[in-house]
Amino acid sequence: MNRTTLDLWVGFFVAIGLGALLFLALKVGNLSTANMGETYVLKAKFDNIGGLKVRAPVKSAGVVIGRVASIGFDPNSYEAVVTMDIGSQYQFPRDTFATILTSGLLGEQYVGFEVGGDPEMLKNGDTIKKTQSAVVLEKLIGQFLFNKAAEGTEQK
Amino acid sequence: MSGDALITIRDLGFAYDQRPILTGINMDIPRGKVVAIMGASGCGKTTLLRLIGGQLRPTRGAVRFDGQVVHELDTQGLYALRRRIGLLFQFGALFTDMSVFDNVAFQMREHTDLPEEMIRDLVLLKLNAVGLRGAHRLMPSELSGGMARRVALARAIALDPALIMYDEPFTGLDPVSLGVIGQLIRRLNDALGASSIIVTHDVHEALSLVDYVYFVSEGKIVAQGAPEEIRASEAPYVHQFVWAEPDGPVPFHYPAAPYRDQILREAVRV
Amino acid sequence: MFEHLLGSIRGLGRRVNDRIWRLGYATRFFAMTLVYSGTSFRRFFLTIREIYFTGVLSLIIILVSGLFVGMVLGLQGYDTLQRYGSSEALGILVALSLVRELGPVVSALLFASRAGSAITAEIGLMKATEQLSAMEMMAVNPVARVVAPRFWAGVISMPLLAALFSAMGIFGGYLVGVVLIGVDEGSFWSQMQASVDYREDILNGVIKSAVFGVIVSWIAVFEGYDSEPTAEGVSGATTRTVVTSSLAILAADFILTAFMFRGA
Repeated sequence: MNRTTLDLWVGFFVAIGLGALLFLALKVGNLSTANMGETYVLKAKFDNIGGLKVRAPVKSAGVVIGRVASIGFDPNSYEAVVTMDIGSQYQFPRDTFATILTSGLLGEQYVGFEVGGDPEMLKNGDTIKKTQSAVVLEKLIGQFLFNKAAEGTEQK
Repeated sequence: MSGDALITIRDLGFAYDQRPILTGINMDIPRGKVVAIMGASGCGKTTLLRLIGGQLRPTRGAVRFDGQVVHELDTQGLYALRRRIGLLFQFGALFTDMSVFDNVAFQMREHTDLPEEMIRDLVLLKLNAVGLRGAHRLMPSELSGGMARRVALARAIALDPALIMYDEPFTGLDPVSLGVIGQLIRRLNDALGASSIIVTHDVHEALSLVDYVYFVSEGKIVAQGAPEEIRASEAPYVHQFVWAEPDGPVPFHYPAAPYRDQILREAVRV
Repeated sequence: MFEHLLGSIRGLGRRVNDRIWRLGYATRFFAMTLVYSGTSFRRFFLTIREIYFTGVLSLIIILVSGLFVGMVLGLQGYDTLQRYGSSEALGILVALSLVRELGPVVSALLFASRAGSAITAEIGLMKATEQLSAMEMMAVNPVARVVAPRFWAGVISMPLLAALFSAMGIFGGYLVGVVLIGVDEGSFWSQMQASVDYREDILNGVIKSAVFGVIVSWIAVFEGYDSEPTAEGVSGATTRTVVTSSLAILAADFILTAFMFRGA
């Protein structure tokens, strides 16, 4: 085998290998959507974040507008502090409502923004005041059973 | 014979762990001469070649190559030294993944910046010297044993070395190839003005072509001299070797406990 | 009896001692390979030649196995997922299992048995026929000229092969899931894209395969270089390459997975 055919084969191999990597990154993964360019930071405190994880999406009206950057715990108020990176092109009023929602019944959890009417916008590093915690399924079921049991005793 | 020697070996000793292989070797390889080192198999001849090439470190004494003490050289110095040495391995040791041409060109490409056309001319020249110019496209697997050894010889002389060493060049060759190799060794040595060391146990072939002979036995030099002196020698070891007698100073038996003892003892154990 | 026991304990001790000694030698050899790597890049043709032998010649086996593994994942995944009524998640299942685990691990195992064993046998035979010794006597360092190009060729080929394996596997899963069974094509791709993260999953997979490439190539060149220069020695070394690198791949996979996907 002489040098040129060898180069040709190796070049072909490297090209399709890199092609496969590109396919994985763009078609399979979310490289195309993950990069939001400039971001600013918002914080929100929740009583309970349920199963929210770092890098979970932040959505408004169903559109991804940012990602959860970190999750911490405030030892003074005993609340969870969620830090989010939000794309700079998206601005939100100061009375925006942050809720932890679940996609589908058993799906991933994400942070949803419901927009208020305040003319002033949130700035980098601000904390969202109005929040609603995750719905914890066990609590819900527990409550439901408790109510049922209570109904049962009343009827007797 | 000392003043103009290319290689001088003084009081050379070598041991693997505690087992001595060579002790007190004194030897001179004069320039332009062909010297044979002979001895029974396993007497340390190949070890001697490795010591000269710097692949092993002596435990005593030193090998001097053109005035330089081989084992005191650093890696760079050693590599510079080895460029002046050609070594023909017992079975050629051709690079099996390269053609005959590339094998001979190997050192030129590694060590020089010669343009490819000049390398081509040089390689064909070397191959012509061993009579295999027509075989330059073949792969080593397509060569017979004798041809492979001739290619290896062409490779060993690729950079016109000052010293050519042959490790058992005659082993496993038919009489014709054997004669060809023997002739080539002599001719190349004289043409290149190099010195040669042949390690062999083929007495007759060696005696007919070399200038000087050392006999090594059990790690020591037991006899030396020009071929005529060796043929005429009455020393028992040399006599046994030259006339191929089965028993003599070179024992037929591997060292063992006396036969009687061993038989009786093993009978008891059973 | 007592003596027999003592003997076997002593034997065990010697074996452990041997292993540790070999590990130390292998590490030193690894360092030596890195130190003498200059030639592999200065004369890159040497490495390209080895990439041909390790990478290009492994293409067929990698592509075919990737396709079949992906098809099996498609079938099995669909069978399980449709019980929970979430067969649209098939894309996620196929892509995540390939990109995170199967791609790097299975292609590394195949690579070890296809290319690793060939490297060991080649270097071992070069040693047995004194070619390495001859090279050394020609003032050419065999580690720089023979070992390092093969090592780097393995390190370069491995991530590319793993990526091809994963891509081929996802295509296989697509064939079975979408074309054959009829899972909705849109949700197959979109769900996959939504939950496969390019950094968490794909980049980590590439890192894994690069680490496996280093491990397999290292073991292969070392076993070849350290083999007994006889026919049995070389065949034994070839077997050891496959066994040791397979075990090392799986162990390293566990460690890397524990680091990369912990809690995330």
